[in-house]
This record gives sequence, structure tokens and C-alpha cells, in this order.
Amino acid sequence: MPRLSAWAVRLSLLYLLLGFTVGAIMLANKGIPFAPWIWRLLPAHIDFLLFGFVIQLAIGIAHWILPRYQGGSRGKETLVWGAISLLNLGIWTVSCISLFNLPGQWLVVGRLLEGTAAVLFASQAWGRIRPS
Amino acid sequence: MPSIVRCYLKTALVMFILALGVGLVQNLGGILPFSPSSLTPVYFHLLMVGWVTQFILGVALWMLPKYSMEKPRGIQALSWAAYILLNIGLLVRAVGEPLNAYSSGLVWDWLLILSAILQWMGGILYVINAWKRVKVK
Repeated sequence: MPRLSAWAVRLSLLYLLLGFTVGAIMLANKGIPFAPWIWRLLPAHIDFLLFGFVIQLAIGIAHWILPRYQGGSRGKETLVWGAISLLNLGIWTVSCISLFNLPGQWLVVGRLLEGTAAVLFASQAWGRIRPS
Repeated sequence: MPSIVRCYLKTALVMFILALGVGLVQNLGGILPFSPSSLTPVYFHLLMVGWVTQFILGVALWMLPKYSMEKPRGIQALSWAAYILLNIGLLVRAVGEPLNAYSSGLVWDWLLILSAILQWMGGILYVINAWKRVKVK
């Protein structure tokens, strides 16, 4: 597994833990309410698991197993490093909005970062998806 | 395909069908004696945790680099424990959440807490075992 994929997969496992932890606290609070403010963590719970775990894992694994170019190259890795960086920046931007009562415009920033990550990853992976 | 992977994947498929069944019940509105809106979180979590996440975890268990020649999938007991905790936790939630919405303040409240703890522990055990297999070659 290349270094980049190992980073992405490890990060995704950390997000799985974070997302499960936040989710468990929210579920427990639903049973016996102890912290009404905990619902502010719902966007973070969703972003941690959907973007942090599922999407980041998919990017990491895809970078590892998609067909390589001639000579064994996986293409421009900097694009995927950029995608991973922007994705994580986007996740934390979105997650901090409700937690710190940031203005709603930050949601646009967060989604733009995540969207740019998708463009970077797609542009790198596109050429590797081809008939064998 | 090892038996533990088959269990993860087949249970994920069952959860997929179960989730869509709950989704169907949710849309039966006026026919039911209880509010189907309380089923929304159950539907969503059966789909996203029971189906999507469990399928991903099963495939990852299968295809991540081997831990060692003797223990290709690391400590299998951890993966089994994660599988059991995750699914029991999810099913306890599926029962407890609608009952909690129907009449809270009873034993159902504790079912939600139990479910939270079981699923959280399942996640931790899975990550502990998977972490060692993510290595650069």
C-alpha cells in the first residue's frame, strides 16, 4: 500500500472512531438527556462518517488499487495529497460551524473545499480507469 | 473468502433489506398506530451503519494488507467481537428508539444507552485490529 493510501486509510479509521464517539454520545443523550447542546454535534457526526470515513477510505483504497500507468506509476500523487488535505479542511470547517456558532457562509467554504477535493481526486483517477 | 468476511457482508445485505423495509413502514403514515417519524433515525442508521459501513468494514477486513503470514487478518477475535457488538447495538437501537419516542422515561431509555455503548465498543475493537494492517509497502 503506498504511503498516501496508508495515510488516507488511517485517517478514515480515526474518523470512524470520532464519528462513532460523537454518535454514541448523542444516542445516549437521547436516552437520558444530560447535555442538550450535544445536538450541535450532528453536522460533525455526519461529516466525520460520510466524508471523513467513507469518502476518504474510498479515495485511499482507489489510489492503491486502480490500474497503474506504464512503469508502475500511480500518476501525480500531489493531486491526491491535495484532495486529502482539502477534504479534511472541509470536514473541519463544516464541523466547526454549529459547534462555534460560525456564520452560515462558512458552510459554503466547507463544501467548496470538499468539492475541490473531489475535482482534484477525479482528475487524477480519471486516466487510471481504463480497459486492461 | 474467510468466514468472518462472509458474516460481515451477508449481515450487511440483510441490514440493507431490513432498512428498506423500515423505510417502507415509515411511509405507511395513517395506517399505523404509532408515529412513523420515530423510525427515521432507525431507517437511516440501519442503512448507513448496518449496510454501508458494515459492507465497507467486511471488504476492508478481506483486502487490507496481511498482518502476518500466521495471522493474516490480525486478531480475529477482535473482528468477531466488533461484528457482534455492532450488530447487537444496532438492533437494540432499532427496538429501543421507536419505543423511547412512544413513551420515554422507561427501560427504553437505557436501551439507547446500551446501544450507544455496544456500537462504540464495536467501532473501537474494529479499528484496533485494522490499524495494524494499514502499512506502507
